Amino acid sequence: MKVRAQFAFVFNLDKCIGCHTCSVTCKNVWTNRKGVEYAWFNNVESKPGVGYPKQWENQEVWKGGWELKNGKLELKSGSRTSKLLNIFANPDMPQIDDYYEPFTYNYAHLQNAPLSEATPTARPISQITGESMEKIKWGPNWEDDLAGEYHKRSKDKNMDNIQKEMYGQFENTFHMYLPRICNHCLNASCVAACPSGSIYKREEDGIVLVDQDKCRGWRMCVSSCPYKKVFYNWESGKAEKCIGCYPRVESGMPTVCSESCVGRIRYNGIMLYDADRIEELASMENEQDLYEAQCKIFLDPNDPQVIAAARAEGINEDWLDAARKSPIWKMAMDWKIAFPMHPEFRTLPMVWYVPPLSPVQSQIDQGNLPVGPDGAIPVSGTMRLPIEYLANLLTAGKTAPIESALNRLIAMRSYQRSVHVEGVADTRALDAAGITEEQAKEMYRYLAIANYEDRFVIPTGHTEETLDDAFGFQGQNGFSFGNDSSHGVSKITLFPRRRKDTVEPKELAPSSDNS
Amino acid sequence: MDLHNFLYGIYPYIALSVFLLGSWLRFDREQYTWKSDSSQLLSKANMRLGSNLFHVGIIAIFFGHFVGLLTPHSWFQAMGVSDMAHQMVAIWAGSIFGIMCLIGGAILWVRRMFNARVSAASRGSDKFILTWLLITLLLGLSTIPVSIGHANHDNPAVMIALAEWVQSIVYLRPDPALLNGVDTIFKVHLFFGMTVFLVFPFTRMVHVWSAPFGYVARPYQIVRSKRFR
Repeated sequence: MKVRAQFAFVFNLDKCIGCHTCSVTCKNVWTNRKGVEYAWFNNVESKPGVGYPKQWENQEVWKGGWELKNGKLELKSGSRTSKLLNIFANPDMPQIDDYYEPFTYNYAHLQNAPLSEATPTARPISQITGESMEKIKWGPNWEDDLAGEYHKRSKDKNMDNIQKEMYGQFENTFHMYLPRICNHCLNASCVAACPSGSIYKREEDGIVLVDQDKCRGWRMCVSSCPYKKVFYNWESGKAEKCIGCYPRVESGMPTVCSESCVGRIRYNGIMLYDADRIEELASMENEQDLYEAQCKIFLDPNDPQVIAAARAEGINEDWLDAARKSPIWKMAMDWKIAFPMHPEFRTLPMVWYVPPLSPVQSQIDQGNLPVGPDGAIPVSGTMRLPIEYLANLLTAGKTAPIESALNRLIAMRSYQRSVHVEGVADTRALDAAGITEEQAKEMYRYLAIANYEDRFVIPTGHTEETLDDAFGFQGQNGFSFGNDSSHGVSKITLFPRRRKDTVEPKELAPSSDNS
Repeated sequence: MDLHNFLYGIYPYIALSVFLLGSWLRFDREQYTWKSDSSQLLSKANMRLGSNLFHVGIIAIFFGHFVGLLTPHSWFQAMGVSDMAHQMVAIWAGSIFGIMCLIGGAILWVRRMFNARVSAASRGSDKFILTWLLITLLLGLSTIPVSIGHANHDNPAVMIALAEWVQSIVYLRPDPALLNGVDTIFKVHLFFGMTVFLVFPFTRMVHVWSAPFGYVARPYQIVRSKRFR
């Protein structure tokens, strides 16, 4: 057993209102630079839809993630040798139009145009070429709120094995939002695909980063990430991706997308896992076993053996404490209501999702939905969103765990309704769904109230263990590119100075002792 | 000192020094700029054909020059390779890989110059180095008819003189006089070729140093720790 801690997420889709506040805050903080205008480390998709970039879930097109070849885990895009043979032109590389051509508008024209009969217009301008664009054909969220033709949106990979025609009818339409960031996978395929070894997982918190100095722009990570969450900066020639807002997380703050989430749907916390079992558990024969397999990799932070092993690995007490209070543990392991997205990609992703219940009240009022014993809360299998769709998204098509999770969410509501409306606790639904009253109360607190301190349980990074003079370092380092991030490739240097082991300011402030 | 002695006695050392020290300096100080600078994201069309032809061709040509010019004459003789056989191999391999490289390079050049996106995202050095490489290649290809002419007269003297000259440079005993009897086209090609080394550290060419062979033997997952160990 090799215990490692992972900074993980749960997104509660039931409460996502698709406001894109997460996307916009992330964009403003991390990707409002030349070369990554088209890149959204965080984006929110309307589902069903082909998403961003187009058809990202269809690995027959992009060859992302892993697959089993003769029982052995291999990158779907091919062996190491085939990577090197394809290095001059990556055949699976998306083109920018698969995302969208980044654009702005010629706003100045609105003020500078000569007096005319017609109102002047601000024409779109390509942010790559600077030329006018005839027409904007696609954007970061082209399918927002089910925009566009159904037959195009229904090319969504999750619609496989579902009666598409039926859900194309207006009365049967269904819709959900899917916010996406980098999954900071335990078995990351971008790390595995990088020929220069520049992508790595941090041992302390599991955040996956691209060493901007070591990246050579071979672009294998872009195609090998099945979630298409590694982006090629066409200006710098380097790969960039969601950095899990590590400068914030290290100081105990949630990621900026989680912090700004209006619907309070995002949870940040620590999970302990057994790094020795990654390959074994990602290699399950049957894709539908992968969700349960991933649950097995997590270690119970209350188990004395786990605690001892974690201490031996140098994991600090406050991290173990955080793991015990982890909202991720509660939702994924205790209540079993959160699921990894597309476990069949075999990357063991660490952003988990609580499946959405559809808004159903008017349907119930019209008597269109069968309801449970309380006469108010619907039965899970009868709701608008097909369970098969959620299962294709979250459990490689296995419906039982999704149905169980939805039943638990419904039972919690039914129980709370009985307490608050009837004044008498009715636990029949809880019993049927297999949760206790205590659990239901806690679920209510975490999911409905969603207090800040329940959503975000984030131990600080231990800077004192990585820097000689942490006080001197304070306030001196921001987001930077180049010559700051590498551990250095060569030990021999032209200049007689120590290679940096970690990010350090150019000039240290006077030590706090000499003031 | 006349131009000939400068170009073939001193210029090679300037080019090689800048090549080696410049690469080292840039790697050491400006690694963020060290990259292949791919533009495949902006335009994928014809990249598979163009880029592969170009790269395979140019790598084969590089190693052809490397082995053909740096192997001592006595070694070839010891291996039983006659001068004429050597010259014919050079002519054939040079033609095949040269034409591969030319076709690929032309595809890439048209794309680099006339594809609106790629052109807009290109730096001056990107357009310069590709153009310079193609001129060098065209000059190299135009030496082939001359070589064939020499071969028809069973005369390997020019080839031997070129190899001797390259070796005189490498052994730090520069002897520009060795090139006295060599056709002008070879000398122009030499100048263009040496200049590639001169500008190498200032262009995207540096990615050549980073050919990631180590990947083949690397474990898939990489974990880094921030702690002192």
